[in-house]
Amino acid sequence: MAGVTYKTRQLRRRYIERAFATIAVVGAAFWLIANLIKSPTQFFEVTFTGLSNGILYALIALGYTLVYGIIELINFAHGDLFMLGGLFSAHFITLWFGQSVPSAVGWGVLALCLIAVMVFCATINVAIERFAYRRLRRAPKLAPLITAVGMSFILQFVGLRWNGSGQKIWPSLLPTGNLSIFGVRLPYTTIISFAITIPVLLVLTYIVTRTKQGKAMRATAQDQDASRLMGINVDRTISFTFGLGGALAGAAGLLFEQTRGLTSYNLGFQLGLIAFTAAVMGGIGNLQGAVLGAIIIGVIQGLNDGLPIGLGQQWSNTVVFSILILLMVFKPTGLLGKPTTEKV
Amino acid sequence: MLKVENIQVSYGNIKAIKGISLEVNKGEIVTLIGSNGAGKSTTLRAISGLLKLKGGSITFEGERIDGKEGHEVVAKGICQSPEGRRIFPRMTVSENLDLGAFLRNDKEGIATDRERVLELFPRLAERITQKAGTMSGGEQQMLAVGRALMGNPTLLLLDEPSMGLAPVLVDMIFETITKINQQGTTILLVEQNALAALNVAHRAYVLESGNIKLSGNAKDLISDPAVTKAYLGG
Repeated sequence: MAGVTYKTRQLRRRYIERAFATIAVVGAAFWLIANLIKSPTQFFEVTFTGLSNGILYALIALGYTLVYGIIELINFAHGDLFMLGGLFSAHFITLWFGQSVPSAVGWGVLALCLIAVMVFCATINVAIERFAYRRLRRAPKLAPLITAVGMSFILQFVGLRWNGSGQKIWPSLLPTGNLSIFGVRLPYTTIISFAITIPVLLVLTYIVTRTKQGKAMRATAQDQDASRLMGINVDRTISFTFGLGGALAGAAGLLFEQTRGLTSYNLGFQLGLIAFTAAVMGGIGNLQGAVLGAIIIGVIQGLNDGLPIGLGQQWSNTVVFSILILLMVFKPTGLLGKPTTEKV
Repeated sequence: MLKVENIQVSYGNIKAIKGISLEVNKGEIVTLIGSNGAGKSTTLRAISGLLKLKGGSITFEGERIDGKEGHEVVAKGICQSPEGRRIFPRMTVSENLDLGAFLRNDKEGIATDRERVLELFPRLAERITQKAGTMSGGEQQMLAVGRALMGNPTLLLLDEPSMGLAPVLVDMIFETITKINQQGTTILLVEQNALAALNVAHRAYVLESGNIKLSGNAKDLISDPAVTKAYLGG
């Protein structure tokens, strides 16, 4: 008898869950349609803005998820690396190369800066792993975690020393103005961020899925000792992963600095947290998941910030994190994360 | 070919092996037998460079290999099929085999070895696109041995290849081990299934709590009363 009541209770609970989910989805759809009818152009514009924020988050989120995937460490210093990337780009373009307006030379400097900042951040990330995390690989999980928090503070104070305590405004080399399609205005800056981010993501996918180094990464992520027995240099593979994550953070730093035109020593904390959330939402350790989570967060923020009928900007983070908490309750592994099935 | 001299390995303060010496000659199957915790797997892990020695030396084809990293030992031609199989569960059978040949660049040689492995284990050919983690224990064991063979080793280390397998599969695995050896690969085999191991091996070492207790020709050890009593259930 007890079994029957347990079963009915389970069923009832599932119905309630479904009902809530349906109400939430219908409500969200209704909200989107109402906005779409009220102002179609604005709807598409804010979605586009949301997407462009999303891919910026994706670049950072990938760094968290790459490192977590391979050594199960949440690299808290990663957001601050992004911040240093922004600072480096601002100095590189404005102070060292003296560029402050869009021009042919400016494009060249921008391309050069992209490479330089990726190398810069990759080097820092590899060095952090080499000197701070590597020795702790067999230590209890808390030791590298607290080291990562410490590294975050160190980088933040380097940023504070370099940038000063306030926000700094920088000129952008990207053309201002909009591309107009059927009355929908798409800023050139956002289009250019897409033009930079998408090839970077494609190259990353190629490296991870097609190259020997990528194979070594995936093997090391699954079983380090077994990888050693295959002849894989595990230390070098982990270094490579940190380098890759760092390079992506560097690219994100340049994009942020050029599209928003500002730097600040605590940006890494703010955006890092959002990007980390995106990685968790998508299923930490899963590359596609990180991109998906980042785009969802970016679009939700964009819609909530910019739609005529909505909660408005001051509620955006509340909305994002409420959705995250709900998702975690019902799907703790994240959108694309899978519980591992391993036979021993 | 392989010469292990008086090696010692500790896990923290616990001495797992207290001074083991053994030798493997070209073309042989040598087996290490002994009860649980005798130090058999530890010895193999030390040879593969996964554990650091507290003392002693390991020489392979005249060159010291103790102190080398795991991947450097593989490059010398020593491949291991580890205890517990340790296949890559989220990769396909095909990708697992490719990883076994990670250090090799000779495309033709790799293709030949792949054919050879699939011939030895036809089951793997049927499962080639399947995720390794979804296969049965026996199939995973075949994959682990096959993957080690993909490195084209001069010395193959096999750690408990029969563990957890159905009796039919155990016989099949030991037949395959003999076949691999006849094709020219030297084998160092660790087994709890002492009788089966002694039946296929040329020589054997008996380990007990981190020391070598007995050694000799496999045939002599099978009939040795001390071995029979302790390990062969007689």
